[in-house]
Amino acid sequence: MANVSITVNGKLRTADVEPRLLLVHFLREQLNLTGTHVGCDTSQCGACTVLVDGRSAKSCTIFAVQADGSEVTTIEGLAAGDGQLHPLQDGFWEEHGLQCGYCTPGMIMSAVDLLNNNPSPSEREIREGLDGNFCRCTGYQHIVNAVQHAANKG
Amino acid sequence: MVGQRIKRREDPRLIQGRATYVDDIKIVGMEHVAFARSDIAHGRIRSIDTSAAEAMAGVTAVLTGAQVAEFVGPVPIITPFPSPDHRAVVVDTVRYVGEAVAVVVATDRYIVKDAADAIVVDYDVLPAVVDTEQAMTGQPAQLHADFENNLAIALVPSGTGVSPDGQTVDDTAIDKAFADADVVVSQRMVNHRLAPSAIEPRGTVAHYEPGHDKMTIWSSTQVPHLLRGFIARMNDMGEDQVRAIAPEVGGGFGAKIQAYPEDYVVAGLSKKLGIALKWIEDRSEAFLATTHGRGVIGYIDIAATKAGKVLGMKLRLIADIGAYNTLFTAAIPTFTTLMANATYDIPAIRTTITEVFTNKTPTDAYRGAGRPEATYFVERGLDMLARKLDMDPADVRRRNFIQPDQFPYTTQMGAVYDSGDYTAALDRALQNSGWDKLKVERDQAQAEGRLVGLGLAMYVEVCGLGPSAVLPTGGWEHSQVTIERDGRINATTGASPHGQGNETTFAQMLADQFGVPLDHITIHHGDTAVAKQGIGTFGSRSQAVGGAALHLAGGKVKKKMAKFAASLIEAHEDDLVFENGRISVKGAPDSGKSFAEVASYAYVPVVGGAVQLPDGLEPGLSEEAFFEPSNNTYPFGCHIALLEIDRETGEPTLLRFVAVDDAGNLINPLIVEGQIHGGLAQGIGQAMIEEVRYSEDGQPLTGSFMDYAIPRAADLPRFELDSTVTPTPVNPLGAKGVGEAGTLGSTPCIVSAAVDALSQFGVTHIDMMLRPEKLWQIINGGQS
Amino acid sequence: MIPSAFEYERATSVDDALAKLAATGATGKFIAGGHSLVPLMKFRLNEPTTLIDIARIPGLAGVRDVDGAIEVGAGTVHHDVATSSLLRQQCPVVAETAGTIGDPQVRNRGTLGGSLAHADPAADYPAVMLAVDAEIHLRSSRGPRVVPASDFFQDLFTVDLAPDEIITAVRFAPVRAAAYAKLYQRASRFAIVGVAAALDVADGVIRSARVGLTGAVSHAVRLTAVEEALAGRQPTSEVVAEAAQLAGSDLEDVAGDIHASETYRRAMVPVFAKRALDGALARLPQR
Repeated sequence: MANVSITVNGKLRTADVEPRLLLVHFLREQLNLTGTHVGCDTSQCGACTVLVDGRSAKSCTIFAVQADGSEVTTIEGLAAGDGQLHPLQDGFWEEHGLQCGYCTPGMIMSAVDLLNNNPSPSEREIREGLDGNFCRCTGYQHIVNAVQHAANKG
Repeated sequence: MVGQRIKRREDPRLIQGRATYVDDIKIVGMEHVAFARSDIAHGRIRSIDTSAAEAMAGVTAVLTGAQVAEFVGPVPIITPFPSPDHRAVVVDTVRYVGEAVAVVVATDRYIVKDAADAIVVDYDVLPAVVDTEQAMTGQPAQLHADFENNLAIALVPSGTGVSPDGQTVDDTAIDKAFADADVVVSQRMVNHRLAPSAIEPRGTVAHYEPGHDKMTIWSSTQVPHLLRGFIARMNDMGEDQVRAIAPEVGGGFGAKIQAYPEDYVVAGLSKKLGIALKWIEDRSEAFLATTHGRGVIGYIDIAATKAGKVLGMKLRLIADIGAYNTLFTAAIPTFTTLMANATYDIPAIRTTITEVFTNKTPTDAYRGAGRPEATYFVERGLDMLARKLDMDPADVRRRNFIQPDQFPYTTQMGAVYDSGDYTAALDRALQNSGWDKLKVERDQAQAEGRLVGLGLAMYVEVCGLGPSAVLPTGGWEHSQVTIERDGRINATTGASPHGQGNETTFAQMLADQFGVPLDHITIHHGDTAVAKQGIGTFGSRSQAVGGAALHLAGGKVKKKMAKFAASLIEAHEDDLVFENGRISVKGAPDSGKSFAEVASYAYVPVVGGAVQLPDGLEPGLSEEAFFEPSNNTYPFGCHIALLEIDRETGEPTLLRFVAVDDAGNLINPLIVEGQIHGGLAQGIGQAMIEEVRYSEDGQPLTGSFMDYAIPRAADLPRFELDSTVTPTPVNPLGAKGVGEAGTLGSTPCIVSAAVDALSQFGVTHIDMMLRPEKLWQIINGGQS
Repeated sequence: MIPSAFEYERATSVDDALAKLAATGATGKFIAGGHSLVPLMKFRLNEPTTLIDIARIPGLAGVRDVDGAIEVGAGTVHHDVATSSLLRQQCPVVAETAGTIGDPQVRNRGTLGGSLAHADPAADYPAVMLAVDAEIHLRSSRGPRVVPASDFFQDLFTVDLAPDEIITAVRFAPVRAAAYAKLYQRASRFAIVGVAAALDVADGVIRSARVGLTGAVSHAVRLTAVEEALAGRQPTSEVVAEAAQLAGSDLEDVAGDIHASETYRRAMVPVFAKRALDGALARLPQR
C-alpha cells in the first residue's frame, strides 16, 4: 500500500491505496466521484478525462500514486459552486452537445483544456482539439457548436 | 411546445457528472464478477484448472460452464427459427474468441480480474471457419451438429410470386422482368461487420434478496421490460418477482436490445449466493462479447429498360451470423428483404435469405438493423444502372419513384408504405447541394487531375416497430399519465431511452396537451416497478409508438379531468379548454379553475362537506394506455456526398454531406438533428473507417480502439441538413421516427461518390470500407 | 483491464532512480508519463514488480538552449515540445512531430524519453531524431553515455539502452528547413509511414540532407539513398521529387498488417518522403 494525498476539486484527499489503483478508480470507487467514466482500455476514448495540475489527462492511464501531490479537477468540480454552470457545461446544454451523456464529462474536461490553450479556436482547431475523445451519439456537430458557444462567451 | 427547439431536461445531471450509470451503483455487500474467455476460435475444452484462482484471497466462487449449467439454462432467442444449444458459459466446445469459459466472483474488482486471469484452459483446437461463403461448404469446420454446412436458415424466398408462408413460389413475373430487360446489372456486394461501440460498455448489477424472494437487476439495456421477462424465466421466478432497471444508459445502438449470457449468469449467481453482484464489461470484452452488426453479402441483379425503368430485381442475401443465434439475430436480414422495394415502384422482386454460422462473435441488431443493408444494396445497384445507361443518378431514381398518389403503397415484399413524397425530398437535396453546379465543379476538378466524386442515395426505412404481428415481444408501447394532487404531471413510458431525449420530447407533448409549463411535468422510464409495462427503445419507435401511447394516456386522463372541471365550473366538458395552467370555458379564460384546483378536487371530491363525483367517476387522475400501431411508419430522405480521394495515398476525404430527411412531424427539431447527425456519423464510419476483421483462424484483428476506428470529430464534415414533412396517418402524432435514418443513405452515397471519383480507372463498384490502400490499388490499376 | 500488482517508488534524482532500479534486480521499470507502459500493463503484457516514478526528477523536463544546441529533457511531455517557442522558432520539425502524437491528453502526459525507450516501430519521434541527428544522452551508475540517434534505434522495441540506464535528454543542432509528414493509422493515430526530412542548404545548394523513416520497418532508419541523391543539388521541388523516388527502395522486411500491406507501405515511403522534403523546402528562407 502507498499513501497518497491528492487535491481533488479543491479538497485534499488522503488515502492508502494499492500502487496499481488507477486514478479513475480512486476517483470513482474511493471518492464516489462517478462523473468520470471508463470507456476503453487503451487510452483512446477519453471518457475518463480529468484535469491533472490543470491539464487534460486520461485517468485510466495514470496510477493514483503518480498523482500524489497533484491537483485533480473532475466534472463534479468544474462549476464554480455558486450554482452557476461552467460556460462549457452551459454550451453543451444550450447546443444539445450530448445525447447519452456517457462521453460528456470527459469531453467537457478536454474542451476546458482546449479553450485554456486556445481561447478562440476555429472549427478545425476544435475538432482536432477533441481528437482524444470519442462520442458515438452526436456526430460531434453539436459538440463543436457547444465549444464555440463557450468560446464566444468566454 | 411541440415543434420547438427546446434544450433537454436530461442534461443538467449529465453535464455535471451527477447521472447514475450501472457502474455507479453500489450495494452493501456487493461483490464483483469476471469471466475467463476463450482465446481460440474453435475447440473442445479438455480441462480447466481453476485451482490458482480459487486459492486467491478474496475469491468467493469460481465456476466452470458445467457448474453454471446447473442453474442457468440455454440462452433463449426470440425469433421463430431453429437455433442450436447456446450456453451462457461454455460446457464443452468454444466457437468464437471471447466466449465465456468460466466465471469468478470476488470481493474486489481488481482481485476478480486477477483470478479470472489465473484460470488455465486446455483445449483440443479445432479448425475454425471465418469466411461466410466458405462456411457454407461445411469445411473446414462444422459449428453445430444439427446444422449441416453451417446453415442456420437456407434460401428462404420472399417477394413477387411467393406466398406469405414461403411455401409456394411462382417465378413467372420475375422471369418475365429479366427476359424483357434491355439491361441487367449484377453485383456481389459486402455490407461488412461492425462493432456497435456504445461508449459505455455493458454492465449488470443483480441483487437477489432471499428474504423477499425478489430480484432487482440493473443493466445497461435498451429493453428493461424484456430483460425482466427473460431474467424471471431463466431463474424460475415470476415477472412480479423481478424488477429490472435501466439506469442512465450510455448508448445502445441495437447491441443493448438483448439479454446476454452475462446477464443470466450474474442474476443466477446472485440468486445462488444470495448476494448482490456487479459485472462491468471491459472494452476489450465488448469487442468480443457484445454482438456485432451487419456482416451480410448481397447478390443483386437489376433488370431495366434502356430508359432506366426498373422492371425487376433479385436480391440474394447471405448473412454471417457468427457462432450462435442471439435474441433477434435470425430476424435482422428479414428487414433487409422487407425493404427491397426501396422508394421505387418495382413490379417484380425476388429475394432469398441464407444465414450462416461462422466462428465469430454473434451478430444482431446494429443501428438500422437490416434497413441500411437494403438501402446499400439497392441504391448501389441503381447507381450502377445509372452509370451503365450514362444517366444522372438522380434521373434514374426519379423515373422509378412511387408517386405521392400511390400511398398507401403495398410493396412486392408485403410492406404497406404509409405516406411519402420522394420527388420532393430528392429535389430539395439537389437544390441544397447545388447538384448541377457540383457536377460542373467535379468535372473541372477531374480535368485538373483531382479525384473528386459525387454520390446520391435515396432511402426509405421501416420504423415505429411493431405492430405486434411482426414482433414476438409485442409491438405496442405503454404509458401512464398521472395528474398529481398538486396539479403536476407524472408520466411513465415503456420506451426506455439511452440518449433519445424522451424526458424532453414527451414533456413537450404533455405541456401542449394540458396547457401547463414544461417544468410541471416529469417523465419516468427505465424501471419496471415505475413504468410498469413496455417493450423498449429500438427500431426508431420511441416517438411513433411510445409517444403515441403517451398521447393516448394523456387523452384519457384529460377527458376525465375535464369531467371534474366541468362539475366544478358548472360548464359542459366539451366547452372546456386547457390553457396557461387553467381549465376554463372556451373564450372565457376567467371563468375557469386552475389546473391544481381541479386536480385537488379529483383527489378530494368533496363539495360542501359531501362527496360529489361527476358521472359516477372514480376519484383520482391516472390513466394508462397501450398503443398498438396499425402499421409501421416509413420515413425517407435523400443524401448527397462530395468526396475527394488523394491520388498519391488513396485516402478519401468527405468534403460535403447534404441530407434531406422526412420523418413526418417533428416534436423537437434540435433533438431530431442530433439523432440524424449521430446516424450519419455511424454510416460514414461504416463507409470510411470501421470494419471488424478476423484472421483466417478466427483471431480478432480489431479487438481494441487501437485497431478499430470510430469517427472522431476531425473525421467528419459539418453536415448540411434539411427536412421535408410528410406526416404519417399511422399514429395520432404524425411522427415517423428518426433514430436510425442517418445510417441508411450515408453508406451508398459515399461509396457511389468514391466510384464516381475513380470511374476513370474503370471501376464500377467498391466494397466498403473505403480503405485507402484499396482505393490506391484502383488508382494504380489493380482490382478493387 | 487491471494490471498485475507491483511496488511503487518515486525517485528524487537520476542517481536515486538508478539506485532504486538496481535494487529491483532486472524486474523493475521506470515510469514517466506511462502512456506506452500503462496500457501494456493493463493487458498484462508487461508485469514489472516495481515501478520507479521518474516524472518529477528536477531538471529532467524542459526545452533549453545549450550553447546554440537545443536540449530537450527526457521527461518533457509531448505537449511542451509541441508548444515550445524555442523549438517553433529554431527547429519547428521537432515541435510539429510532437504535435502529431496521439491526442491532446496523451501529449499532456507522454514523454520524449518514454517514447524513445519504448521504441514502438510506428512512433513518430524516432524519425525526427534521425533527421535532426540528435544525440541521445544516457546515464547509468557507470556514468554518462551519448549515443547518436542513428545508432540508437536497433530493432523492434529495441534500442541501445542498457537495462540499468536511463535516458536523460536529447540534444541536437537546430535545423529550420525540416518537416515531418505522416500517414496516420486511423484508429491508433500512430504512423503507418512517417518521414522527417532536414535540409542543410547554403549558397543555394543542399550541402547535406537527413531523412528519417518510421512505421515501415522494425525500427526507424535513415533513407540514405535519398540523402545522397540530394547532396550537392539545388533545393527545388523537382530535385526533391526525383530524390524521393529512391525512398525505401532498398528497405528489407517492410511491415504489413491489417492497416497497410507491405506493398502499400513500401509505395507510401516515397510519397511521404516527398511531402516531408517539400515541407522542409517551404521552411527555407525566402530568396
